[in-house]
Amino acid sequence: MELLERFAAGNLEAFEALFREHHKEVYAWIVRIVRDHGIAEDLTVETFWRIYRARDRFDPAGNFRAWARRIATNAALDQLRTARRETELPEGLAGAGTADPAVRRETRERIKQAFFQLPAKYRLVATLALIEEEPYKNIGEAAGISVALVKVRVFRAVRMLRKKLNSLGIEVNAK
Amino acid sequence: MSKEENNKEMKELLRQAIAPAQDTELRRDLWPQMLRKLEEQPAPVVRVPWFDWALAAILSAVLVFFPGSILALLYHL
Repeated sequence: MELLERFAAGNLEAFEALFREHHKEVYAWIVRIVRDHGIAEDLTVETFWRIYRARDRFDPAGNFRAWARRIATNAALDQLRTARRETELPEGLAGAGTADPAVRRETRERIKQAFFQLPAKYRLVATLALIEEEPYKNIGEAAGISVALVKVRVFRAVRMLRKKLNSLGIEVNAK
Repeated sequence: MSKEENNKEMKELLRQAIAPAQDTELRRDLWPQMLRKLEEQPAPVVRVPWFDWALAAILSAVLVFFPGSILALLYHL
C-alpha cells in the first residue's frame, strides 16, 4: 500500500513519514506569515494535528503538499485572528522620508503597528504578496481563494494601510 | 497611479518596516511534540447534545401529528 493510502487509513508510521518529509516546509511557510519562530513551531504541530484528524477526508490520489499548505495557512490565519494587536496608535508623526534615524525608526514602528492592525485575512495576503513577494497564484492556492480575490484583498489591504498611515501623518500617495 | 504602482509604493514602504523572513529554517525536531499532542488529544468523538435530540424529537412529533406542516417546513427550508 502506498504511503498516502496508509496515512489515510490511519497508519501512524505513514503519518510520521509524511510529517518528517513535509514539516520543515510547512514550518517555513507558517513562519513567513506569523513571523515568530516559537508560534510557527506550535502551529506546525497544530497543522499536522489537523492533518491527522482529517486523514479520512484526504484523497490518497491528491496532492498532500498542497493540502498541508492549505491547512497550515488556515492555522496561521486563526492565529493572526486571535493575536491581532488592538493597540492604540500614538498621535502625530514625522514623514517617512525624514533624515533623522530616530524618527525613521519611529516611523517604521508605526508602519508595523498599522500593518498588524489589519484584519487577519488582509494581513495574510498582504504579508505574503507585499513583504514576502509570493506569487498570487501560490497565495490563492494556500488560502483556498481565487487569484482575483487575492488581488482584491491586496488592493483593499493597501487602501486600508494608506488610510491609516495618512491619518498618522505618514505621507503615502492616495489614488 | 495604477494599482501596480500603488502596490509597489506600499511594498517598498512595508519592506522598510518589516523585512522579509530570512531565517525560515527549523532547528529542532518537532516529532516528539507532535507525539505528545497526539497522545494528549485523541481524535474527538462527535457527540450530539441532548437538546438537539429533543429538538429532533419535537420536530418529528409535529410532522407525525400535523402532516400539513411538512409543506410549510419545506417552504421555509
